[in-house]
Amino acid sequence: MRKLLSLTLLALASSTAFAGGYRVALQGQKQLAMGHTGVAVVNSAEVAFFNPAGMAFLEDKFNLSVGANALFAETKFQNSTYNWESSTSNFGTPFSIYATYKVNDWLSAGLAIYSPYGSSVAWDQDWHGSHLVNNIDLKAIFVQPTVSVRIGEKFSVGGGPIYVTGSVDFNRNVDRTTTNEDGERTDLTINAKGITAWGYTAGFMFNPTSKLRIGMNYRSEIIMEARDGDATFNDVPSYAAGTLTNTTFNADLPLPGELTTGLSYQVTDKWLVAFDYNYTLWDVYKSLDVEFNNGLPTSVNPRNYQNASTYRVGTQYVATEKFTFRAGWYFDESPVQDGFFAPETPRNDSMGFTGGLTYQVNKKLGVDFSFLYLHFDEIDNSYDHFNDGSSFGGTYKSSVFSPGVGITYGF
Amino acid sequence: MKNKFIYLVLIAAGFASCEPEFENEVNANYSSGDADFSSYVAIGNSLTAGYMDRTVSRVGQSYSFPNNLSKQFALVGGGEFTQPSFAEDINNLGGIFGIPDFSNRLIINASVGGPQPIAGTSTVTLTPQATAYNNMGVPGAKSFHLLAPGYGNVANLPNANPYFIRHATSTTATVLGDAMLKSPTFFTNWIGGNDILSYATSGGVGVNQTGNINFASYGINDITDPGVFASVYSTIITTLTSGGAKGVVATIPSVTSIPYFTTVPYNALPAEATATNINALQLYGFLAQVTGGRISPLSTVPGTRNPVLITDETLTSLSSQITGAAAGVPSLAPFASALGQLYGKARQATSNDLILLPASGKIGNPNSMGIAPFNVNGVTFPLQDEDVLIPFEKSAIATATFAYNASITSIAASNGLAVANMNAILGQLVSGLKVEDGTIYTANYFSSATASTVLFSLDGVHPNARGYAVITNEIIKVINSYYNANIPFVSAAGFPGATILTSNN
Repeated sequence: MRKLLSLTLLALASSTAFAGGYRVALQGQKQLAMGHTGVAVVNSAEVAFFNPAGMAFLEDKFNLSVGANALFAETKFQNSTYNWESSTSNFGTPFSIYATYKVNDWLSAGLAIYSPYGSSVAWDQDWHGSHLVNNIDLKAIFVQPTVSVRIGEKFSVGGGPIYVTGSVDFNRNVDRTTTNEDGERTDLTINAKGITAWGYTAGFMFNPTSKLRIGMNYRSEIIMEARDGDATFNDVPSYAAGTLTNTTFNADLPLPGELTTGLSYQVTDKWLVAFDYNYTLWDVYKSLDVEFNNGLPTSVNPRNYQNASTYRVGTQYVATEKFTFRAGWYFDESPVQDGFFAPETPRNDSMGFTGGLTYQVNKKLGVDFSFLYLHFDEIDNSYDHFNDGSSFGGTYKSSVFSPGVGITYGF
Repeated sequence: MKNKFIYLVLIAAGFASCEPEFENEVNANYSSGDADFSSYVAIGNSLTAGYMDRTVSRVGQSYSFPNNLSKQFALVGGGEFTQPSFAEDINNLGGIFGIPDFSNRLIINASVGGPQPIAGTSTVTLTPQATAYNNMGVPGAKSFHLLAPGYGNVANLPNANPYFIRHATSTTATVLGDAMLKSPTFFTNWIGGNDILSYATSGGVGVNQTGNINFASYGINDITDPGVFASVYSTIITTLTSGGAKGVVATIPSVTSIPYFTTVPYNALPAEATATNINALQLYGFLAQVTGGRISPLSTVPGTRNPVLITDETLTSLSSQITGAAAGVPSLAPFASALGQLYGKARQATSNDLILLPASGKIGNPNSMGIAPFNVNGVTFPLQDEDVLIPFEKSAIATATFAYNASITSIAASNGLAVANMNAILGQLVSGLKVEDGTIYTANYFSSATASTVLFSLDGVHPNARGYAVITNEIIKVINSYYNANIPFVSAAGFPGATILTSNN
């Protein structure tokens, strides 16, 4: 059953990296519309992700939020030194499912299923940066049973274990020149499915006044340990057939820890503002090392990510009983340092503009709409740490647009 | 319904804004500057023709530096660029059918290790194309050949040039004359390498003709008189610029820096290889005494290396001394006369000598001209003149090269032409040339370690496709700087190196 569930989820979740690194910040329609703030917002079951402590403050006995986004990401690349042009367009459908249940006056339990990390980039096969990446598809589904305990009227804590199931599929050419006898470039695919790992989330919420909420949440680092995945060489010249043999590989891919603090303030009965600050511990991602089990040397790919901050602001206005409007903005700092700008995650600093609304069909059921537009400045950068001493770079320009829809059900 | 409408609007807005746009398109600043590439003509020898792995092949030719250049020129107004047809080289073997020594292209046969001509019968013929092409690089041509009527006349073989025979517009056409039929607006001229190279690659068996201006009397392996070179070069440039064309001229590399001369070490004999050869040890001991130190006893210390034995024609002959002494040694007496002949001008090589690449296949193997045990090449049978450049020959090469380059630079200056200093670039390559993408290339010969960075083809003299790409960029640099142009580079890393096959049948 568990296997069936995870397979279904993997099929659903084809996510695209568009926030710093391979973090995908699309974890709920209501909160996304508010600039993806939420560590100190009690709006819906989405709080099970943003800060489990907040579940205890939800008023309804049962809350369900289900949603998905259509994600359109495009990156263009050019290099006028060599007259190179290339681009990658990717579509994904990240989703989230949150449910909470008020067990009693002070205890709530919930389940959160979401996909906060992922990357899908597909450049043209054998493009100019093909020795770094042709295409990559990285997926990770988080399943998080959660409890929240209210301690007095103003304070709560919450948290739970996280079970992660993920997969990676990565193709690139073995170097900048090798071809088979027909002139086709030699490439390598590494593929690992069903990688599992455990982590946890924990947070607290404090409401010093009836209008002000303060929250803090920590989601732990999780290392996805791919073991005995398939390493397959394609278009190998016959003289190298004895060396570049298909084999298995081991690699560790870290999903970094993330600390979020924030507050929300109920300015009027109808108007709420929220601020979040995320600090993502990306420095765990030092290098992508792929060990082969056929005697080939380990492929060492320095990444040297640095810890990165995201600053978010969001607002919500309850216009009528039927309509609630939301808007937000955020600044997302890239963990990628100059000289480590690899085209597998070609992301520089970005600014997100969000908006959305809820149409309350009836007292129990609401339909949520959101959109996100992510703006990237064009950037000149390069990856200078390829194993033959060469540098690959140019000008990159990305943009992302993602409309989303979901339902909220509560009673 | 209303909500649906809003949703659709949002999606539409999203598609519109999702398309990232650069402030400046990739080609926004490309320009031909002061140059006009509408008719680009390349004059030269094998280096211009795209010769590699000891031949011109259909695919090899497509990587010629003028062909690379023309593709970049096309971005800034360059016109059509044609090369002599190799369509008949269906299997990409190169070579020329029926012409001695014009064998198929060299490949690495992994089952044997060394380079060898690819198996098969060449389908390249001398069928006349009688066409003027933009690429007028003629492999083997020396400076004065470009002006020689009949250089493409099949009746003049072997003094005519098989490659020019294939495309000369008439039996009396000259290379330069055919080039001018294309009315060049821009040209590259890289001629002169063979005026020195064939002397060098033949191990200096030719004659240094410095002082003799009658080039009609020169042999194939001779060094061209620098005065003849200057005069011919001047005529070529005057002709090329007669219609107002601009261009780039290239200097002659110091040929002794190329792998053909630098791959085989002078001390190619590991002590372990000769330590058990009693004959050789005794012979060297004997020669050390008789030659008064010209030859030292062989080292038997493991890990050390002994120099190869060579013939140096500049030495005073010690034949009679050797014959005389050998007559007194019972084991050598029967061979006394032959040994005098063999070792009269023999000495051990030093780091000042250059051992030529073909010697690598000879050293340690028996020579059919010798009598065992005095027949092991480089050990008991001295390498001959054609396998070694001795300091006297190196100095003749260097002097002529310097003189040619002085003429090239001054003729270019007086005609307002740009100079691509290939001599300096090869010099950088010897110590490591760092290109735009950070890759460091060297002037090494092919090995499994250098397979993806080597720039020289398997003939050890000519660049491979990757090497021609590096040359293309060096010429683009000169054009960009001298003619205020902005032409993008090619990426050398994507160009192929040696062909490696697991068998060659």
